[in-house]
Amino acid sequence: MSAPTFNRRQMLTAGVVAGSAAAIDTAHARSISGEVPWQEGQANKPDIAQPGTYEFLTAAEAAFLDAALSRMIPKDDLGPGAKEAGVTFFLDRQLGGPYGEASHWYMQGPWKKGVPTQGYQSRMTPAELYRAAIKAIDGHCTGQYSGKTFSELSAAQQDDILKGLEKGDIDLKTVDAKSFFTMFLQNTMEGFFSDPLYGGNRDMVGWKLIGFPGARYDYRPYVKKHGQKLGLQPVGITGRPTWKPA
Amino acid sequence: MAKKLPAKDVVLVGFGWTAAILGQELTDAGLDVLAIERGSWRDTSTDFAVTFAQDELRYMWRRALFEEPARETVTFRNAPDQEALPMRHLGSFLPATGVGGAGVHWNGQTWRFLPTDFVARSHNEQRYGPLPADMTVQDWGITYDELEPHYDKFEYLCGISGKAGNLAGQIQAGGNPFEGPRRRDYPNPPLDMVYGPTLFEAAAKATGHKPFPCPAANMSRAYTNPLGVMLGPCTYCGFCEKFGCGNNSKASPQTTVLPVLMRKDNFELRTDCEVLTVNQDKSAKRATGVTYIDAQGEEFEQPAEMVIMCAYALHNPRLLLLSGIGTPYDPKTGEGAVGKNYAYQITSGVDVFFDDKILNPFVGAGALGIGIDDYNGDNFDHTGLGFIGGGYLACWDTNARPIEHHPTPAGTPKWGPDWKKAVAKNYLTTASISTHGAVMSHRNNYLDLDPTYRDIYGRPLMRMTFDFTDNEHKMSDYLTARAADIAKAMNAREIHAKKRTGHYSIVPYQTTHNTGGAIMGADPKTSVVNKYLQSWDLYNLFVLGACAFPQNAGYNPTGTVAALAYHTADAIKTQYLKNPGFLVQA
Repeated sequence: MSAPTFNRRQMLTAGVVAGSAAAIDTAHARSISGEVPWQEGQANKPDIAQPGTYEFLTAAEAAFLDAALSRMIPKDDLGPGAKEAGVTFFLDRQLGGPYGEASHWYMQGPWKKGVPTQGYQSRMTPAELYRAAIKAIDGHCTGQYSGKTFSELSAAQQDDILKGLEKGDIDLKTVDAKSFFTMFLQNTMEGFFSDPLYGGNRDMVGWKLIGFPGARYDYRPYVKKHGQKLGLQPVGITGRPTWKPA
Repeated sequence: MAKKLPAKDVVLVGFGWTAAILGQELTDAGLDVLAIERGSWRDTSTDFAVTFAQDELRYMWRRALFEEPARETVTFRNAPDQEALPMRHLGSFLPATGVGGAGVHWNGQTWRFLPTDFVARSHNEQRYGPLPADMTVQDWGITYDELEPHYDKFEYLCGISGKAGNLAGQIQAGGNPFEGPRRRDYPNPPLDMVYGPTLFEAAAKATGHKPFPCPAANMSRAYTNPLGVMLGPCTYCGFCEKFGCGNNSKASPQTTVLPVLMRKDNFELRTDCEVLTVNQDKSAKRATGVTYIDAQGEEFEQPAEMVIMCAYALHNPRLLLLSGIGTPYDPKTGEGAVGKNYAYQITSGVDVFFDDKILNPFVGAGALGIGIDDYNGDNFDHTGLGFIGGGYLACWDTNARPIEHHPTPAGTPKWGPDWKKAVAKNYLTTASISTHGAVMSHRNNYLDLDPTYRDIYGRPLMRMTFDFTDNEHKMSDYLTARAADIAKAMNAREIHAKKRTGHYSIVPYQTTHNTGGAIMGADPKTSVVNKYLQSWDLYNLFVLGACAFPQNAGYNPTGTVAALAYHTADAIKTQYLKNPGFLVQA
């Protein structure tokens, strides 16, 4: 066989389509020889979620997420739930950032439905999927429950809707319900259990619920303490439990 | 037109484990070596320092160390009669990009394959009769004994923590009695063991098995390797696989080779440069070098006396196909070898829920655990079982990072108040036994170029056609049942056996142990490279990595990938350089 050919124009076009032109422009090739190119004081730090008002979510979307998150991980005798942990704020920052744009995802067509073993095949980015799904779910609720949006329903009614989305029983027309629910469930776990620097897991309530000590780096004293409760308070990358992002 | 650059002795395509090994060995031999890496420079203190390395969201779920499908991905289908669609985001496996490759984000589970694994066809046929017609299993064309010195060299480079089970034919108490004979013990003693694996160890012994501490590239003590590079003792932080080690405690190219290699005058690394093709002369017997594109979009032609492909297992076969080297495999006729025998691994697990035992699973390390090898390879009689091959069972304590790890008993909802109660109750008191099964090669499991989808440079994506066959499901079910036997003997409140059922799916993470596509062998008709990983087509082209495995074994591949790399380096230094040409006559 002969080798396929390509040219710069194809490459740049593909880059624009894939949404990664910026990655090409910002990365610079370099030659390194005769040294370990290490510089004191340089660190590739995480992107800390900056406090403030919502940047991506509309008021209606935030109301939906507050309500849905209160059912996904409810506040109860065990402690705060996903809403109290700031998962709505976490989602706002995630959906408004590179994750929401699917900046790392392969987003070139053609677009086909495929089979479940082939995974996500929607042309929507996570941000677009949330926007469309929340609108469609609220539309579904107002039709079913005499004009009430999801956040205005009772807890039991909200659970029914969420179960319907999980099973794919609810037809949202514009959005695949199951795809949205799968993503929402995963993002809920991320917001509840990730380091607080991303705006969720506020006061490390997710970690306290289960007993995860967080961003510690040396457990050598505890390896041989078989069967013992260690009582280690969690720590985050940017600080102690009292640290608050917003 | 690509700008033509001054020639080099050797070009390495990619800069992970195999390139670090080849770079170190061939610069020692006095050659002028250039590595071309598509990703960026990465080092411990800048990119995954102790102060911020323990970030589950960033490194695992936002894929900080992995390749970006936006630039390059695969298309996937289960069978040749389906239409392949692109893997739009990572899932089942996590190839790397950047200096160090997947050697940065591996767990450090460092195994040798069994002597019988290298003769999988002839050994199994001799013992059990002919294999099924569509099972395209092949012998490797190399033996365990030939690789043994090279396994040893890698284990000492890395400072592997472990306990020998077979020292020059003498079985050692407490080690893995099924392993092939080794010339000496591991350089470091086993890691200290956390609680969960010790419960598995006791139950495995009580049920007649032979447990041992798994070999680990996590340091059980401070270690200085033969190159003079120092690694620190592991601190059991539980951020190994999918993460870089902030503590220089996990062997990686950065922590074992690069501090020496990078300082050599006869070594050069170009980062953020992607090789587009390997070029060949008109005789089609010799590679002339490579063409690559840099991050600014400029193309270069880099002539070289030798080209060594050191990219990930999925990328080397693709580069062969894109370069028009060798004959692409055709599943209809069985002819051609490039892309043939893509394989993977089949995994399952059994969760073990205790009421009364605090396991503190967050105290972990990537290869910290107790394993048994009683059901791996041909370590047990397969008569009447309906499958060949096997896998190890292990109670690992790699981590308890909570986004990924929050085990709940069977029947628990995935959200809501009952989920929350179950997670809070079981997080500290649950162990898990995992099975790590082989995948035999099959006629319809292969790699070729996709007819539709393109990468960021407009080149065809690799198309992966793969499914588990009867052999894998029967074998994995058998391993899962044996794991459940041991789990029951752990006297827990309840166990939950999670079998792997149905078609292979690209969605959930399983392992980054993709193999085949540029397989090694003794016959140029049925393999891409000879036992030295030298191309049968172009004598100065070598193709390294797990793409050389004719089928996959029931172990993590890195130990064997590295042993093969040292074997290649040795052959180049002692044979090839004296008289460049084919080392094996076709």
